[in-house]
Amino acid sequence: MFFKFSLFLSLIIFIIGLIYKISNWFRYKIGIGSVEISGSRRFFYALQGIFATLFSLRIINLLKSFVLDVLLQYRILREDFLRWVMHILIYGGFMLLLLMHALDKLITAKLFDSYYPTLNPFLFLRDFFGILVIIGIIIALYRRFILKPPRLKTNAMDLYAVIIVAVIMLSGIFLEATKMVAYSDYKRMVEEYSGLSDPNELKALEAYWVKEFGTVSPNLKEPFDERLLAQGEEFHQSSCAGCHTKYQSAFAGYGTAKLIHPIGIRIDQARIPHLLWYLHVLACLVGLAYLPFSKMFHLFSSAMNLLVNSIADKEKLREANQMTRRALELDACTHCGTCSLRCSVAQTYEEIQNIYILPSEKISAIRSLASGKSLKGEELRKIQEGVYLCTNCLRCTVVCPVGIDLQDLWFNVREMLLQKGYPEFLILSPLSYYRGLMRGEILIKDYQNALLQAREAILAQCELMREKEKTIALTPPDKKFQSGLGLSTQAKNFSVCFGCQTCTTVCPVVANYENPQEVLGLLPHQIMHAAGLGLRDLAFGSNMLWDCLTCYQCQEQCPQGVAVTDVLYELKNLAIQYVKEKRS
Amino acid sequence: MEFALFIGCQISARLNQYESSARAVLSQLGVRLIDIRDFNCCGYPLRNIEFKIFLLSSARNLALAEKRNLNILTLCKCCYGSLKKADYLLKESPSLREGVNKILEKEGLKYKGEPQIKHLLSALDRDIGLDKIKEKMVKKYRDLRVATHYGCHVLRPSKVVNFDDPIVPSLFDQLVAVTGAESIDWSMKLECCGAPLWGINDGLSMDLTLKKLKNGKESGADYVCTACPYCQIQFDKVQKMASSQRNGTHLLPSILYPQLLGLSLGIDKKILGLEMNEIPISGIENALFDIGTEV
Repeated sequence: MFFKFSLFLSLIIFIIGLIYKISNWFRYKIGIGSVEISGSRRFFYALQGIFATLFSLRIINLLKSFVLDVLLQYRILREDFLRWVMHILIYGGFMLLLLMHALDKLITAKLFDSYYPTLNPFLFLRDFFGILVIIGIIIALYRRFILKPPRLKTNAMDLYAVIIVAVIMLSGIFLEATKMVAYSDYKRMVEEYSGLSDPNELKALEAYWVKEFGTVSPNLKEPFDERLLAQGEEFHQSSCAGCHTKYQSAFAGYGTAKLIHPIGIRIDQARIPHLLWYLHVLACLVGLAYLPFSKMFHLFSSAMNLLVNSIADKEKLREANQMTRRALELDACTHCGTCSLRCSVAQTYEEIQNIYILPSEKISAIRSLASGKSLKGEELRKIQEGVYLCTNCLRCTVVCPVGIDLQDLWFNVREMLLQKGYPEFLILSPLSYYRGLMRGEILIKDYQNALLQAREAILAQCELMREKEKTIALTPPDKKFQSGLGLSTQAKNFSVCFGCQTCTTVCPVVANYENPQEVLGLLPHQIMHAAGLGLRDLAFGSNMLWDCLTCYQCQEQCPQGVAVTDVLYELKNLAIQYVKEKRS
Repeated sequence: MEFALFIGCQISARLNQYESSARAVLSQLGVRLIDIRDFNCCGYPLRNIEFKIFLLSSARNLALAEKRNLNILTLCKCCYGSLKKADYLLKESPSLREGVNKILEKEGLKYKGEPQIKHLLSALDRDIGLDKIKEKMVKKYRDLRVATHYGCHVLRPSKVVNFDDPIVPSLFDQLVAVTGAESIDWSMKLECCGAPLWGINDGLSMDLTLKKLKNGKESGADYVCTACPYCQIQFDKVQKMASSQRNGTHLLPSILYPQLLGLSLGIDKKILGLEMNEIPISGIENALFDIGTEV
């Protein structure tokens, strides 16, 4: 009764959870072109796509991917052998246990007439599969806590996944072991199946079981008389052997039973087998009910994503399906950290304490964004900085073991965030090269706005730029700024500039304009002067600073050896730092 | 000869033909390339944002090569410039070195300044040598006029990058000439390709790119030749975008140096990825003749 009730309850939660999670794939909107398409329409398009695939040659790709990526997990193997061993042990062992043991009535018993869980090979296999999973879990813990691959973060979901699987496996093995030693279980079985009533006959059978099966009897102790055992064996053969192979095959349970043998009677009296049964069953059912909301959902979502990945041609996918796919991808992420291990800019995390620089950590933030959760401004800024601090090198996408097109996610989320209007100063760096190449995908208005926002936000902190007629004192107005320039030794020498204007003369940017000052503000030699005079606003607020090619013509040709380009570089650093501080 | 190949962020993602052609050419010339998967971004795009991040990024790569006792070969001129710059600064300043090493120490790395940093072109010219290249050549170009684009970050600042004479460089021209092609003189040879501003100020970037290509064309070039992913993408994909936006046809097709050299070394054009360029370059094969059939 308890079992049935809780099974149905957890099944219902599981199914509702599954429906909820899958419905999210059609509700979440991630994409710059995310036009208003209803969820049902997206569902329809997805179905259409699936059917089109099933009746085309692409089905071969699908099957290939199912075997290679889903079953054999080739993509994990390619990345890291130890991790592959770990994952295949946990996943393989668990799936086999699920099919053979948990669903025995539905599957194993139907396939094998002679199925009985206490007979070989099933008795052996159950333990064997369980041990595979446990070895896998040990490797997982070893990797996470001893080997510690760089930047592998452990969150609550990761811990939960390890714990639930470990509890299921260990409770199962202990349950088996305690049942082996439990005298009351033995007695119950004898009463039900043996049909013996003569105390001498019962004693013979009990002696045999105590010796051969490790039952801990409160009445009998080894050694036994040979004849008694021989008699016991006879009864065993006629009443028990049909369903009971010797326990040694269940090596994990048997070994554990040996260990707990000395306290076997107390274990039985305390009804430990009974409690372990509840623990085992409850752990399985909790695992089932919580599955759609936990990391374990990747059983479905990652497999699904790998399959979609094998057939979906991104170029040809309609926008509705791309949005659906991105939502699926968010669920497919297992937080394995491979992307963060391979990320080209992950080392910057050492200097900028923003966890969202790491790709594996961006995903959860994007999931919150997509679910419509309202995030604080500060949080949004961090996510925006995190997704912008990316060289778009594609490494994360290439290595992702579940085939998430991370590059595409970053690109879309980046644009969606930029449209929210908070200026992103990273946009004024060559990190924007990729955005430039992708400009055709972005509405021109949005494309330009994001760039303007950043420049305007800087200009807004540079008062002097707006008061061109203002007279200022000859002494440096901001000595601190003037002396604080030298981030590196090379950039300290701007004050030796004698104003020959060579830098400005050779600058290809200046040369590009008929009236350069109108467009660029201060020109290179004037910026050197501004820096020398401590006129921060003029140095920071000039477009010249952000329109510098860093081609080093000026620096190369400066007769005074001023490191003009390097000074400009470092002024940019200072400007961003200054404006950020002012704004916050 | 062995190098740690520093592939950078752009090439594998957007310019596969550069990687495949460079690998093929170098292997033909007996160079073994070692891939270090742990390499990160050289720090170039981060220099605008934070000097320290740039320095750490470059230093980490140098330390990784150092750990394996390898010299670095870059295909990208911006990577070259950044690594060189960081190397220069770290050698010059003990305090910078100490700061960086403090962070690197956490992963068991240390910058000591051992590895040499080479660009593909300098390795071809100085380490492999023109003679060796000539020896391996099976074909030569005839009546082909090529405009070499040096790229800013290998030439300047010259006391840091130490690549070639910053005013009258000749290294690239010699490498082109060895294939039989004529390396033309053009006034804007040493100018910037415009790439650093693409994505930041597209109008300005486009102006500079087109101005330069126009100058190359007017100077009689059939192709502009590059050896840097930024320059190449700028002259290829961005030129295409720019010319369609400004209602013009493209001015000058751009070929990567290892593509140009690869053909004369007899490497299959599929491996060289000739078809992968946005602006077609396969016409260049018409200028190719077997060595020995010269007139």
